[in-house]
Amino acid sequence: MLNETDTLQTARVRPAPATGAGLARLGQTGRMNPDDTHDGLSPPTQWLLAVRDRRDRAAFGRLFDHFAPRLTTMMLRAGMGRAMADDVVQDVMLTAWQKAHLFDPARAQASAWIYRIARNRQIDILRRERRPVPDALRPSEDDQHDDDALSALALDQEATRLRAALDALTADQRAVIEQAYLGDLSHTEIRQRTGLPLGTIKSRIRLALERLRHELKELR
Amino acid sequence: MSPVTHHIPDDIIEAYASGALPHAFSVVVATHLSLCASCRATAEACDVLAGTALDALDAGAPDADLRARTLAALDAPAPRSARAERPAPSSGGLFPGPVTAELRGRPPRWRSLGAGIRQQILTAGPLGTVRLLSIPGGKAVPDHGHNGLELTLVLQGSFQDQTGHYRRGDVQVVSDEVEHTPVADAGPTCICLAATDAPLRFNALIPRLLQGVFRI
Repeated sequence: MLNETDTLQTARVRPAPATGAGLARLGQTGRMNPDDTHDGLSPPTQWLLAVRDRRDRAAFGRLFDHFAPRLTTMMLRAGMGRAMADDVVQDVMLTAWQKAHLFDPARAQASAWIYRIARNRQIDILRRERRPVPDALRPSEDDQHDDDALSALALDQEATRLRAALDALTADQRAVIEQAYLGDLSHTEIRQRTGLPLGTIKSRIRLALERLRHELKELR
Repeated sequence: MSPVTHHIPDDIIEAYASGALPHAFSVVVATHLSLCASCRATAEACDVLAGTALDALDAGAPDADLRARTLAALDAPAPRSARAERPAPSSGGLFPGPVTAELRGRPPRWRSLGAGIRQQILTAGPLGTVRLLSIPGGKAVPDHGHNGLELTLVLQGSFQDQTGHYRRGDVQVVSDEVEHTPVADAGPTCICLAATDAPLRFNALIPRLLQGVFRI
Protein backbone atom coordinates (compact mmCIF):
# COMPACT_ATOMS: atom_id res chain seq x y z
CA MET A 1 0.00 0.00 0.00
CA LEU A 2 2.53 2.60 -1.13
CA ASN A 3 1.47 6.17 -1.29
CA GLU A 4 1.31 8.09 -4.50
CA THR A 5 2.38 11.57 -5.42
CA ASP A 6 -0.08 13.99 -6.81
CA THR A 7 0.47 16.87 -9.16
CA LEU A 8 -1.45 19.82 -7.85
CA GLN A 9 -2.00 22.27 -10.59
CA THR A 10 -4.29 24.80 -9.09
CA ALA A 11 -6.12 25.52 -5.87
CA ARG A 12 -6.71 22.55 -3.63
CA VAL A 13 -10.09 21.24 -2.60
CA ARG A 14 -9.62 22.06 1.06
CA PRO A 15 -6.21 22.99 2.33
CA ALA A 16 -5.51 21.79 5.84
CA PRO A 17 -4.57 24.30 8.49
CA ALA A 18 -1.16 23.95 10.04
CA THR A 19 0.67 25.62 12.86
CA GLY A 20 4.22 26.01 14.01
CA ALA A 21 7.56 27.11 12.67
CA GLY A 22 7.22 25.12 9.47
CA LEU A 23 4.41 27.32 8.29
CA ALA A 24 6.68 30.33 8.12
CA ARG A 25 8.85 28.64 5.51
CA LEU A 26 6.14 27.82 3.07
CA GLY A 27 5.69 31.20 1.47
CA GLN A 28 2.56 32.43 -0.15
CA THR A 29 1.61 29.47 -2.28
CA GLY A 30 1.96 26.87 0.48
CA ARG A 31 3.78 24.67 -2.00
CA MET A 32 6.98 22.88 -1.15
CA ASN A 33 9.96 23.65 -3.31
CA PRO A 34 12.03 20.50 -3.81
CA ASP A 35 15.08 22.49 -2.75
CA ASP A 36 13.57 23.32 0.63
CA THR A 37 14.84 21.47 3.64
CA HIS A 38 11.24 20.77 4.67
CA ASP A 39 11.82 22.21 8.12
CA GLY A 40 8.99 21.55 10.48
CA LEU A 41 8.50 17.92 9.49
CA SER A 42 9.89 15.18 11.70
CA PRO A 43 13.47 14.22 10.75
CA PRO A 44 12.79 10.78 9.22
CA THR A 45 10.20 12.37 6.92
CA GLN A 46 12.67 15.08 5.98
CA TRP A 47 15.29 12.44 5.19
CA LEU A 48 12.86 10.44 3.07
CA LEU A 49 11.89 13.57 1.16
CA ALA A 50 15.59 14.33 0.58
CA VAL A 51 15.97 10.82 -0.83
CA ARG A 52 12.86 11.27 -2.94
CA ASP A 53 13.71 14.70 -4.29
CA ARG A 54 17.52 14.75 -4.43
CA ARG A 55 18.64 11.10 -4.14
CA ASP A 56 20.49 12.28 -1.06
CA ARG A 57 22.68 9.38 0.13
CA ALA A 58 23.59 10.94 3.44
CA ALA A 59 19.89 11.24 4.16
CA PHE A 60 19.41 7.61 3.16
CA GLY A 61 22.16 6.70 5.62
CA ARG A 62 20.25 8.48 8.35
CA LEU A 63 17.05 6.67 7.38
CA PHE A 64 18.95 3.39 7.56
CA ASP A 65 20.42 4.18 10.95
CA HIS A 66 16.99 5.00 12.32
CA PHE A 67 14.92 2.24 10.76
CA ALA A 68 17.20 -0.76 10.23
CA PRO A 69 17.54 -1.65 13.92
CA ARG A 70 13.81 -1.20 14.44
CA LEU A 71 12.93 -3.25 11.39
CA THR A 72 15.33 -5.94 12.58
CA THR A 73 13.41 -6.10 15.85
CA MET A 74 10.17 -6.38 13.89
CA MET A 75 11.54 -9.24 11.78
CA LEU A 76 12.93 -11.14 14.76
CA ARG A 77 9.62 -10.80 16.62
CA ALA A 78 7.89 -12.37 13.64
CA GLY A 79 10.06 -15.43 14.10
CA MET A 80 12.68 -14.86 11.42
CA GLY A 81 16.25 -15.93 12.02
CA ARG A 82 18.92 -13.25 12.11
CA ALA A 83 20.26 -13.95 8.63
CA MET A 84 16.84 -13.75 7.01
CA ALA A 85 16.00 -10.68 9.10
CA ASP A 86 19.09 -8.92 7.76
CA ASP A 87 18.22 -9.85 4.19
CA VAL A 88 14.68 -8.55 4.56
CA VAL A 89 15.81 -5.31 6.22
CA GLN A 90 18.26 -4.68 3.37
CA ASP A 91 15.54 -5.47 0.84
CA VAL A 92 13.07 -3.11 2.53
CA MET A 93 15.54 -0.22 2.73
CA LEU A 94 16.57 -0.68 -0.91
CA THR A 95 12.89 -0.75 -1.88
CA ALA A 96 12.46 2.52 0.00
CA TRP A 97 15.32 3.97 -2.05
CA GLN A 98 13.88 2.70 -5.34
CA LYS A 99 10.26 3.63 -4.61
CA ALA A 100 10.79 6.94 -2.81
CA HIS A 101 9.09 8.75 -5.68
CA LEU A 102 5.83 7.23 -4.43
CA PHE A 103 6.05 8.77 -0.94
CA ASP A 104 3.29 11.29 -0.19
CA PRO A 105 3.87 13.09 3.11
CA ALA A 106 0.23 14.24 3.19
CA ARG A 107 -0.85 10.63 3.69
CA ALA A 108 1.86 9.15 5.87
CA GLN A 109 4.93 9.96 7.88
CA ALA A 110 8.14 8.17 6.85
CA SER A 111 7.76 5.43 9.46
CA ALA A 112 4.23 4.56 8.27
CA TRP A 113 5.41 4.32 4.68
CA ILE A 114 8.44 2.19 5.50
CA TYR A 115 6.36 0.07 7.89
CA ARG A 116 3.96 -0.75 5.07
CA ILE A 117 6.81 -1.90 2.79
CA ALA A 118 8.23 -4.01 5.62
CA ARG A 119 4.95 -5.59 6.73
CA ASN A 120 3.96 -6.48 3.17
CA ARG A 121 7.35 -8.10 2.63
CA GLN A 122 7.05 -10.01 5.91
CA ILE A 123 3.66 -11.35 4.94
CA ASP A 124 4.86 -12.35 1.47
CA ILE A 125 7.71 -14.30 3.01
CA LEU A 126 6.03 -15.82 6.05
CA ARG A 127 2.85 -16.77 4.25
CA ARG A 128 4.68 -17.71 1.02
CA GLU A 129 2.08 -15.89 -1.02
CA ARG A 130 1.72 -12.50 -2.60
CA ARG A 131 -0.11 -10.25 -0.14
CA PRO A 132 -3.19 -8.62 -1.73
CA VAL A 133 -2.69 -4.85 -1.85
CA PRO A 134 -5.08 -2.17 -3.09
CA ASP A 135 -4.65 -0.55 -6.49
CA ALA A 136 -2.32 2.41 -6.39
CA LEU A 137 -3.79 5.78 -7.17
CA ARG A 138 -1.99 6.35 -10.40
CA PRO A 139 0.95 8.73 -10.04
CA SER A 140 1.58 11.27 -12.71
CA GLU A 141 4.34 10.83 -15.24
CA ASP A 142 5.71 14.15 -14.12
CA ASP A 143 8.75 14.03 -11.86
CA GLN A 144 7.85 17.25 -10.13
CA HIS A 145 6.61 16.80 -6.63
CA ASP A 146 4.11 19.45 -5.83
CA ASP A 147 3.33 18.49 -2.26
CA ASP A 148 0.61 20.13 -0.33
CA ALA A 149 2.98 21.33 2.35
CA LEU A 150 0.21 22.37 4.69
CA SER A 151 -1.31 18.89 4.58
CA ALA A 152 2.09 17.29 5.11
CA LEU A 153 2.72 19.43 8.17
CA ALA A 154 -0.77 18.78 9.49
CA LEU A 155 -0.37 15.01 9.19
CA ASP A 156 3.09 15.15 10.70
CA GLN A 157 1.74 17.06 13.67
CA GLU A 158 -1.03 14.51 14.13
CA ALA A 159 1.57 11.73 14.08
CA THR A 160 3.50 13.61 16.76
CA ARG A 161 0.37 13.88 18.88
CA LEU A 162 -0.28 10.20 18.34
CA ARG A 163 3.24 9.40 19.52
CA ALA A 164 2.64 11.35 22.72
CA ALA A 165 -0.61 9.46 23.24
CA LEU A 166 1.15 6.15 22.62
CA ASP A 167 3.85 7.04 25.12
CA ALA A 168 1.17 7.85 27.69
CA LEU A 169 -0.41 4.38 27.47
CA THR A 170 0.17 1.77 30.11
CA ALA A 171 2.78 -0.86 29.29
CA ASP A 172 -0.01 -3.43 28.72
CA GLN A 173 -1.88 -1.17 26.32
CA ARG A 174 1.28 -0.38 24.41
CA ALA A 175 2.08 -4.08 24.22
CA VAL A 176 -1.27 -4.72 22.50
CA ILE A 177 -0.38 -2.23 19.75
CA GLU A 178 3.16 -3.58 19.37
CA GLN A 179 1.98 -7.16 19.23
CA ALA A 180 -0.64 -6.36 16.62
CA TYR A 181 1.52 -4.38 14.22
CA LEU A 182 5.10 -5.33 15.02
CA GLY A 183 4.69 -8.88 16.26
CA ASP A 184 4.05 -12.10 14.47
CA LEU A 185 1.12 -12.50 12.10
CA SER A 186 -1.02 -14.79 14.21
CA HIS A 187 -2.19 -12.66 17.11
CA THR A 188 -5.89 -12.58 17.80
CA GLU A 189 -6.37 -9.51 20.00
CA ILE A 190 -7.51 -7.01 17.44
CA ARG A 191 -9.49 -4.46 19.31
CA GLN A 192 -7.22 -1.79 20.66
CA ARG A 193 -9.36 -0.28 23.39
CA THR A 194 -6.77 2.34 24.02
CA GLY A 195 -8.57 5.47 22.90
CA LEU A 196 -5.75 6.54 20.62
CA PRO A 197 -6.77 9.55 18.52
CA LEU A 198 -6.94 8.11 15.02
CA GLY A 199 -10.08 9.95 13.88
CA THR A 200 -8.32 13.16 12.92
CA ILE A 201 -5.55 11.24 11.18
CA LYS A 202 -8.11 9.34 9.17
CA SER A 203 -9.81 12.61 8.19
CA ARG A 204 -6.54 14.13 7.01
CA ILE A 205 -5.69 11.09 4.94
CA ARG A 206 -9.20 11.04 3.52
CA LEU A 207 -8.84 14.66 2.43
CA ALA A 208 -5.51 13.88 0.79
CA LEU A 209 -7.01 10.88 -1.03
CA GLU A 210 -10.02 12.85 -2.22
CA ARG A 211 -7.77 15.64 -3.43
CA LEU A 212 -5.62 13.16 -5.30
CA ARG A 213 -8.58 11.49 -6.97
CA HIS A 214 -10.03 14.89 -7.81
CA GLU A 215 -6.77 15.97 -9.42
CA LEU A 216 -6.39 12.70 -11.28
CA LYS A 217 -9.91 12.98 -12.69
CA GLU A 218 -9.12 16.45 -13.97
CA LEU A 219 -5.95 15.26 -15.64
CA ARG A 220 -7.69 12.63 -17.70
CA MET B 1 -20.43 5.60 -9.91
CA SER B 2 -22.60 5.90 -6.81
CA PRO B 3 -20.68 6.10 -3.55
CA VAL B 4 -20.06 3.04 -1.44
CA THR B 5 -22.60 2.68 1.36
CA HIS B 6 -21.70 -0.71 2.83
CA HIS B 7 -18.21 -0.67 4.25
CA ILE B 8 -15.86 -3.11 5.88
CA PRO B 9 -15.90 -2.85 9.67
CA ASP B 10 -12.88 -1.15 11.24
CA ASP B 11 -11.91 -4.33 13.10
CA ILE B 12 -11.48 -6.21 9.86
CA ILE B 13 -9.52 -3.35 8.29
CA GLU B 14 -7.24 -3.33 11.34
CA ALA B 15 -6.74 -7.08 11.04
CA TYR B 16 -5.87 -6.60 7.37
CA ALA B 17 -3.46 -3.73 8.06
CA SER B 18 -1.69 -5.59 10.85
CA GLY B 19 -1.25 -8.74 8.76
CA ALA B 20 -3.43 -11.03 10.87
CA LEU B 21 -6.29 -11.42 8.39
CA PRO B 22 -6.15 -14.64 6.37
CA HIS B 23 -5.52 -14.44 2.65
CA ALA B 24 -9.05 -15.11 1.39
CA PHE B 25 -10.52 -12.21 3.36
CA SER B 26 -7.51 -10.01 2.57
CA VAL B 27 -8.30 -10.31 -1.13
CA VAL B 28 -11.77 -8.88 -0.51
CA VAL B 29 -10.48 -6.12 1.78
CA ALA B 30 -7.74 -5.05 -0.65
CA THR B 31 -10.27 -5.01 -3.49
CA HIS B 32 -12.72 -2.92 -1.46
CA LEU B 33 -9.93 -0.49 -0.52
CA SER B 34 -9.27 -0.05 -4.23
CA LEU B 35 -12.86 1.19 -4.58
CA CYS B 36 -13.46 3.05 -1.29
CA ALA B 37 -11.51 6.12 -0.18
CA SER B 38 -13.01 6.09 3.30
CA CYS B 39 -11.86 2.56 4.10
CA ARG B 40 -8.50 3.18 2.44
CA ALA B 41 -8.06 6.14 4.79
CA THR B 42 -8.85 3.87 7.75
CA ALA B 43 -6.23 1.39 6.59
CA GLU B 44 -3.65 4.12 6.05
CA ALA B 45 -4.41 5.54 9.50
CA CYS B 46 -3.52 2.08 10.87
CA ASP B 47 -0.19 2.44 9.09
CA VAL B 48 0.35 5.81 10.77
CA LEU B 49 -0.23 4.11 14.12
CA ALA B 50 2.05 1.22 13.22
CA GLY B 51 4.73 3.66 12.07
CA THR B 52 4.45 5.49 15.36
CA ALA B 53 4.91 2.22 17.24
CA LEU B 54 7.89 1.38 15.02
CA ASP B 55 9.50 4.75 15.77
CA ALA B 56 8.87 4.21 19.49
CA LEU B 57 10.82 0.95 19.63
CA ASP B 58 14.10 1.00 21.48
CA ALA B 59 16.79 0.49 18.91
CA GLY B 60 20.49 -0.12 19.16
CA ALA B 61 23.09 0.91 16.66
CA PRO B 62 22.71 -0.35 13.13
CA ASP B 63 24.77 -3.36 12.06
CA ALA B 64 27.85 -1.91 10.37
CA ASP B 65 28.19 -4.71 7.81
CA LEU B 66 24.53 -4.55 6.87
CA ARG B 67 24.79 -0.79 6.54
CA ALA B 68 27.84 -1.02 4.29
CA ARG B 69 26.25 -3.71 2.12
CA THR B 70 23.04 -1.76 1.76
CA LEU B 71 24.68 1.53 0.85
CA ALA B 72 26.92 -0.26 -1.65
CA ALA B 73 23.80 -1.70 -3.29
CA LEU B 74 22.14 1.66 -3.96
CA ASP B 75 23.42 1.74 -7.50
CA ALA B 76 22.62 -1.89 -8.19
CA PRO B 77 19.48 -2.84 -10.10
CA ALA B 78 16.35 -2.78 -7.95
CA PRO B 79 15.80 -5.83 -5.73
CA ARG B 80 13.55 -8.36 -7.35
CA SER B 81 10.73 -7.61 -4.97
CA ALA B 82 10.87 -3.90 -5.70
CA ARG B 83 10.92 -4.56 -9.42
CA ALA B 84 7.83 -6.73 -9.19
CA GLU B 85 5.01 -4.46 -10.26
CA ARG B 86 1.73 -4.66 -8.48
CA PRO B 87 -0.95 -6.24 -10.65
CA ALA B 88 -2.88 -3.86 -12.86
CA PRO B 89 -6.66 -3.62 -12.78
CA SER B 90 -8.39 -5.23 -15.74
CA SER B 91 -8.96 -2.95 -18.70
CA GLY B 92 -12.37 -1.37 -18.23
CA GLY B 93 -11.78 -1.60 -14.49
CA LEU B 94 -14.19 -4.43 -13.66
CA PHE B 95 -11.56 -6.33 -11.69
CA PRO B 96 -9.27 -4.27 -9.45
CA GLY B 97 -5.65 -5.41 -9.13
CA PRO B 98 -6.08 -7.79 -6.18
CA VAL B 99 -8.61 -9.76 -8.28
CA THR B 100 -6.48 -9.82 -11.45
CA ALA B 101 -3.63 -11.05 -9.24
CA GLU B 102 -5.79 -13.97 -8.08
CA LEU B 103 -6.71 -14.62 -11.71
CA ARG B 104 -3.00 -14.56 -12.66
CA GLY B 105 -3.89 -11.95 -15.23
CA ARG B 106 -6.26 -14.21 -17.14
CA PRO B 107 -10.02 -13.91 -17.65
CA PRO B 108 -12.17 -15.96 -15.24
CA ARG B 109 -12.66 -19.61 -16.05
CA TRP B 110 -16.25 -19.92 -15.00
CA ARG B 111 -17.79 -23.17 -13.76
CA SER B 112 -21.55 -23.55 -13.85
CA LEU B 113 -23.43 -24.07 -10.58
CA GLY B 114 -26.73 -24.42 -12.39
CA ALA B 115 -29.58 -21.96 -13.01
CA GLY B 116 -27.23 -19.64 -14.88
CA ILE B 117 -25.07 -19.09 -11.81
CA ARG B 118 -21.33 -19.49 -12.26
CA GLN B 119 -18.30 -19.34 -10.04
CA GLN B 120 -14.55 -19.43 -10.16
CA ILE B 121 -12.67 -20.42 -7.02
CA LEU B 122 -9.64 -18.14 -6.73
CA THR B 123 -7.94 -19.46 -3.60
CA ALA B 124 -9.11 -22.29 -1.39
CA GLY B 125 -7.14 -23.04 1.72
CA PRO B 126 -7.33 -24.13 5.33
CA LEU B 127 -8.03 -20.55 6.41
CA GLY B 128 -10.77 -19.73 3.93
CA THR B 129 -11.88 -19.60 0.34
CA VAL B 130 -12.30 -16.66 -2.01
CA ARG B 131 -14.22 -16.96 -5.26
CA LEU B 132 -15.83 -14.98 -8.03
CA LEU B 133 -19.59 -15.42 -8.47
CA SER B 134 -21.69 -14.53 -11.48
CA ILE B 135 -25.44 -14.35 -10.83
CA PRO B 136 -28.12 -13.47 -13.40
CA GLY B 137 -30.88 -11.05 -12.42
CA GLY B 138 -33.58 -12.58 -10.21
CA LYS B 139 -31.42 -15.46 -9.01
CA ALA B 140 -30.26 -15.93 -5.43
CA VAL B 141 -26.60 -15.47 -4.53
CA PRO B 142 -25.42 -18.98 -3.60
CA ASP B 143 -25.08 -19.87 0.05
CA HIS B 144 -21.73 -21.33 0.99
CA GLY B 145 -22.85 -23.34 3.94
CA HIS B 146 -19.99 -22.75 6.36
CA ASN B 147 -20.19 -21.42 9.85
CA GLY B 148 -18.15 -18.30 10.00
CA LEU B 149 -17.44 -14.91 8.52
CA GLU B 150 -18.60 -14.16 5.00
CA LEU B 151 -17.58 -11.10 2.98
CA THR B 152 -19.31 -10.48 -0.35
CA LEU B 153 -18.14 -7.54 -2.48
CA VAL B 154 -20.09 -6.41 -5.54
CA LEU B 155 -18.00 -5.78 -8.66
CA GLN B 156 -20.83 -5.45 -11.18
CA GLY B 157 -24.61 -5.21 -11.01
CA SER B 158 -26.29 -5.36 -7.61
CA PHE B 159 -28.13 -7.56 -5.13
CA GLN B 160 -30.37 -7.02 -2.16
CA ASP B 161 -31.74 -8.77 0.89
CA GLN B 162 -33.18 -7.75 4.21
CA THR B 163 -29.88 -6.09 5.19
CA GLY B 164 -29.90 -3.67 2.31
CA HIS B 165 -29.05 -2.97 -1.28
CA TYR B 166 -25.50 -3.71 -2.47
CA ARG B 167 -23.90 -2.10 -5.52
CA ARG B 168 -20.37 -1.95 -6.94
CA GLY B 169 -17.89 -1.44 -4.14
CA ASP B 170 -20.35 -2.39 -1.39
CA VAL B 171 -19.44 -5.25 0.92
CA GLN B 172 -21.94 -7.45 2.73
CA VAL B 173 -20.42 -8.67 5.99
CA VAL B 174 -22.36 -11.43 7.69
CA SER B 175 -22.04 -14.38 9.93
CA ASP B 176 -22.92 -17.30 7.75
CA GLU B 177 -24.91 -18.96 10.51
CA VAL B 178 -27.71 -16.53 9.81
CA GLU B 179 -30.50 -17.00 7.28
CA HIS B 180 -30.41 -14.52 4.48
CA THR B 181 -31.25 -14.76 0.79
CA PRO B 182 -29.57 -12.09 -1.31
CA VAL B 183 -31.11 -11.87 -4.79
CA ALA B 184 -29.44 -10.32 -7.81
CA ASP B 185 -31.29 -7.36 -9.31
CA ALA B 186 -32.41 -7.34 -12.93
CA GLY B 187 -29.93 -5.61 -15.19
CA PRO B 188 -26.25 -6.31 -15.70
CA THR B 189 -25.12 -9.71 -14.43
CA CYS B 190 -24.24 -9.48 -10.77
CA ILE B 191 -20.56 -10.31 -10.33
CA CYS B 192 -19.28 -10.62 -6.77
CA LEU B 193 -16.09 -11.46 -4.95
CA ALA B 194 -16.91 -13.64 -1.96
CA ALA B 195 -14.73 -14.90 0.89
CA THR B 196 -15.80 -17.47 3.42
CA ASP B 197 -14.20 -19.01 6.42
CA ALA B 198 -12.98 -22.60 6.33
CA PRO B 199 -15.34 -25.36 7.47
CA LEU B 200 -12.91 -26.38 10.22
CA ARG B 201 -11.84 -23.06 11.56
CA PHE B 202 -8.10 -23.05 12.21
CA ASN B 203 -7.72 -19.34 12.61
CA ALA B 204 -8.83 -18.12 16.02
CA LEU B 205 -9.06 -14.57 14.78
CA ILE B 206 -12.31 -15.11 12.86
CA PRO B 207 -14.59 -15.67 15.88
CA ARG B 208 -13.31 -12.41 17.33
CA LEU B 209 -14.00 -10.57 14.09
CA LEU B 210 -17.51 -12.03 14.08
CA GLN B 211 -18.21 -10.22 17.34
CA GLY B 212 -18.26 -6.95 15.49
CA VAL B 213 -20.28 -8.19 12.57
CA PHE B 214 -23.90 -7.23 12.04
CA ARG B 215 -26.13 -10.17 12.82
CA ILE B 216 -29.44 -10.13 11.05
